[in-house]
Amino acid sequence: MTWLTTIWVEAKRAPALALLWSLAGALVIYVFATGGYLIAVLQFAAIYVVFVTGLNIFMGFAGQVSFGHNAFAAIGGYTSAVLTATYGWEPLPAAALGILGALLCALIIGYPTLRLRGHYLAMATLAIGLIVYEVAVQWQSVTQGYMGISGIPPIGIGRFAVTSDRAILVCLIAIAALGVAAAAGIRHSRLGRALVAIAGSEDAARALGIDVARYKLIALLISAFYAALAGSLFVHAVGFVSPEVFGLHMVVLAFTMLYVGGIGTVAGAALGALMIALLPETVRRFSEYQDLAYGALLILILIYAPGGLASLSRIGWRRRVKEVA
Amino acid sequence: MTLLALEGVTQRFGGLVALDNVSLKVAAGGTTAIIGPNGAGKTTLFNVISGFRVPTEGHVIFNGTDITGRAPEAVARRGLVRTFQLVQLFETLTVLENVKVGRHLHTRGGLMSALMPLRARSIEAQVASIAHDLLRRVGLSAQAETLASALPYGQKRLLEIARALAAEPRLLLLDEPAAGLNRGETGQLAELIRIIAAQGVTVLLIEHDMSFVMNVADRVAVLDFGKLIAQGSPAEVQKDKDVIAAYLGTMEAAHA
Repeated sequence: MTWLTTIWVEAKRAPALALLWSLAGALVIYVFATGGYLIAVLQFAAIYVVFVTGLNIFMGFAGQVSFGHNAFAAIGGYTSAVLTATYGWEPLPAAALGILGALLCALIIGYPTLRLRGHYLAMATLAIGLIVYEVAVQWQSVTQGYMGISGIPPIGIGRFAVTSDRAILVCLIAIAALGVAAAAGIRHSRLGRALVAIAGSEDAARALGIDVARYKLIALLISAFYAALAGSLFVHAVGFVSPEVFGLHMVVLAFTMLYVGGIGTVAGAALGALMIALLPETVRRFSEYQDLAYGALLILILIYAPGGLASLSRIGWRRRVKEVA
Repeated sequence: MTLLALEGVTQRFGGLVALDNVSLKVAAGGTTAIIGPNGAGKTTLFNVISGFRVPTEGHVIFNGTDITGRAPEAVARRGLVRTFQLVQLFETLTVLENVKVGRHLHTRGGLMSALMPLRARSIEAQVASIAHDLLRRVGLSAQAETLASALPYGQKRLLEIARALAAEPRLLLLDEPAAGLNRGETGQLAELIRIIAAQGVTVLLIEHDMSFVMNVADRVAVLDFGKLIAQGSPAEVQKDKDVIAAYLGTMEAAHA
């Protein structure tokens, strides 16, 4: 099991990181036992683990920039919502069609722009994010505009629907874990190495025979898949969707998670998503000062772990490097 | 047999002629060096050969095929692999992973095999064993798990060569491999290049360091202001009047 080894190797390098993971695990168990509002928070966190893990493949592994992955989440989410709530489809084929739509959209904007060097794709993604938002607002006959679509059924296959909060949480955590495992598998494969090589030096990658444009597109498609999946999961978990759900704030939130967790590392992306999703809840006791506390915590993390939480590992890592040299 | 042939290669940058009608044949086997003063067009020539630049005129024939204007990755696929004047490592990867990237052309597998741990494992084991062998050859075994960015400069150069060798090139292009190395490291590098050539890889290198060139090259070609002014054995080139003039100035200038 390559991904188990990956996790183990990353944990050995980083006792601090392993501790954070254990805390996260303990928290999940605690919330699962006590129930209540925190279950919804953890559901939200698990969905963002999926979204950010995908974004990390494009931005962390391949070193590209996207401001518009919320568009792919919106395409996945709205397709699921409209087809299941309005037309009575099964959740699974609806989600599959939503993912297919997101992949098609990624292909259309990625194919021409990823052949160019520079920030053309970043600009194109910003545009597609805004366009999809506007479509969600204006196409009222289908999306019901700002009102949004409610009454979206829970995830399920045929007669078996996952309805209880706890069951939904288990389901989401399982999917998130699969997503993280897949990302770890990708990172340590030929494909993943090609992506990280592109981030390191496009010229060197090409000189070794890596088709840079092709691999960037593959990375975009994989991350669009994750984003669309996260969108579908979201609408089924919450039962409601409106344009605001997939607004620009989703991008800002995902960037925060990515950088606080540690961009480029599999564990960092997932951990960042978990931490940032839970942080507002932890600082809530400071009542009117909660935004201040939230901001202060973020700044502290970025000062003492500028490479994100995963870089807590690299402190121990550097010590080992010195011994070798 | 000619492995690489340049036919009337000219590269203009606006009014500047960086390469002026350069024709050159590199035979299979052995080590050829291209020397010349700063700004003679050596790196431009390498960029043209490796596909990073399309020449204004002329053709690059590699192994019997016209590769003029082919993309770098397509050129690499045919067995022509280069290194860079400013070392271009994948700094966030370990030394071992850098060499593994070099195996790209000789392995298969995309998303599907990445998601199937069992299949991935057998491919990965093979890649790792080849990468370890190459690190042993350049003397970097002990640093396999170090981040590439943490290596001292001389070892970075050796790593870049090991990574290029992982792609099993027929022709290896080395752009100033001895630049920035101390005397001990330069000697080690010369030894490595001789071994690489002895194992059947044709080596074409650019170099400033004349004693290094005389030490490793079987044939030397001299560029000056974009023109090929001499070629031959190191001893012949050293005696060539035009070459001496290009490097030291003309006799009159030397007297003045």
